[in-house]
Amino acid sequence: MTRSTALHAAHIASGAKMGEFAGYDMPLYYGLGVKKEHEWVRENAGLFDVSHMGQISVKGAEGKTDAVEFFEKLTPSSFSKLGINRTKYTVLTNEQGGIIDDLMVTKTGDNEFHCVINAGCKEKDIEWIKSNLTDGLEFHYFDDWALIALQGPKAEQVVRDVMGKDLSDLNYMSLWYEDYTMFISRLGYTGEDGFEISVPNDKAVALWDALLAHDAVEPIGLAARDSLRLEMGYCLYGHDIDATTTPIEADLAWVMGKDNDGFIGCDVVIPQKNGAPKKRVGVRLTGKGIAREGAEIHDTNGKKIGTLTSGGFAPSLDAAIGQGYVPIEFATPGTKVLVNVRGRDIEAEIASMPFVPAKTKSAKKAA
Amino acid sequence: MAELKYTKDHECIFVDGDIAYVGISKHAQDALGDLVYVELPEVGKAVEKGGDVAVVESVKTAAEVYSPVDGEVVEINEAMADDYELIAKPVNEDGWIVKVKVSDAAALGDLMDQAAYDAYLAEID
Repeated sequence: MTRSTALHAAHIASGAKMGEFAGYDMPLYYGLGVKKEHEWVRENAGLFDVSHMGQISVKGAEGKTDAVEFFEKLTPSSFSKLGINRTKYTVLTNEQGGIIDDLMVTKTGDNEFHCVINAGCKEKDIEWIKSNLTDGLEFHYFDDWALIALQGPKAEQVVRDVMGKDLSDLNYMSLWYEDYTMFISRLGYTGEDGFEISVPNDKAVALWDALLAHDAVEPIGLAARDSLRLEMGYCLYGHDIDATTTPIEADLAWVMGKDNDGFIGCDVVIPQKNGAPKKRVGVRLTGKGIAREGAEIHDTNGKKIGTLTSGGFAPSLDAAIGQGYVPIEFATPGTKVLVNVRGRDIEAEIASMPFVPAKTKSAKKAA
Repeated sequence: MAELKYTKDHECIFVDGDIAYVGISKHAQDALGDLVYVELPEVGKAVEKGGDVAVVESVKTAAEVYSPVDGEVVEINEAMADDYELIAKPVNEDGWIVKVKVSDAAALGDLMDQAAYDAYLAEID
């Protein structure tokens, strides 16, 4: 049975075209259409319902460090030195070094963490996390909380106008809250400045409607969310990364903590620092056409070297882009390749990502 | 007003003698969203009824355009490659994608007129 978020009726009222995503009936696009929604987020502020994603927490007792150790076992990142209310993007790895999911992990206390996990991975992740919990760690699933993303250059102004909150001092990848009824993180999946706001379901509709009433805000569906993240080179789980790709192969080595050599799958992943056979790369079509997920990547002789794991049109570039895995010898930006679309080889080249420069606030601090 | 015909796959067709102008219906345009690419066939390409004749792409998806008849592509709308908004124009004016010379006029009898297409849309909605 298809599930729905607390904002389902609001989407219908806004004229959304709905569709199934990860078991949820979600808005794919609204009245503006995908292309204009995409452009709106790059220029103004877009409102996204991402309540289908999972929100969970893992807490250990004060004075102990077992929750820190837990996340340093389940992910290749380091958390001991991370500041309170700072967030890291990372991945859960399996014994083979493959990626179980990618997620945001926020350190909400010295020995407690809050995570946002992918909708399609919720059951699997929760089972994995619970099965790895050590004695004394407390797990909670916030299944009655909504998550609303506000993304775009005008997001900070909208929060000030609508919510009366000045978040100009909130750093990128940081969390703000004053009580336990609303949590605001400065991050997102678009490459723009913006926020993800977590509220209980019974507060979600009023907040959504208030934000939407601002002149700078339009509702944005999952289709534009996908084209926005593709321009940034962000991974979509189940497409660009999965249980068979390691963080190194996925070009996510930057999530790995220098001093974390004990995470699950480390025996496979750490030796790959010296070289993995394949790598996730950006692909930019230089010939005419659009290539989508599943299109074969060929070398200039027409021999298959890989497959696009995502692909589509980038409205900000007026060009077709994608990402996929190629053997390491083809992974250098500028390498000429061909992408096969409906039997025709289209000229393309390996491109560095992001395709569009990130405009996240103080993005350098996050690196 | 020119008489337009439709297929169940939402092609919109204008017939002028033995030439069929092929475009896509307003319903198809709304479902696709703004076009960002149109892949045109070569002039002279032989097409079959129900076979691919062009591809229209929006940000979110690619959709094949099927020929409503057997025949041969005699003209392609190259202006559309520079201005995708032409798709919204009437098919008998600038909104056509290809013109197909019809080799079996009988197939045109399978096309729906406006009233039949409107009823079909209501049925599938």
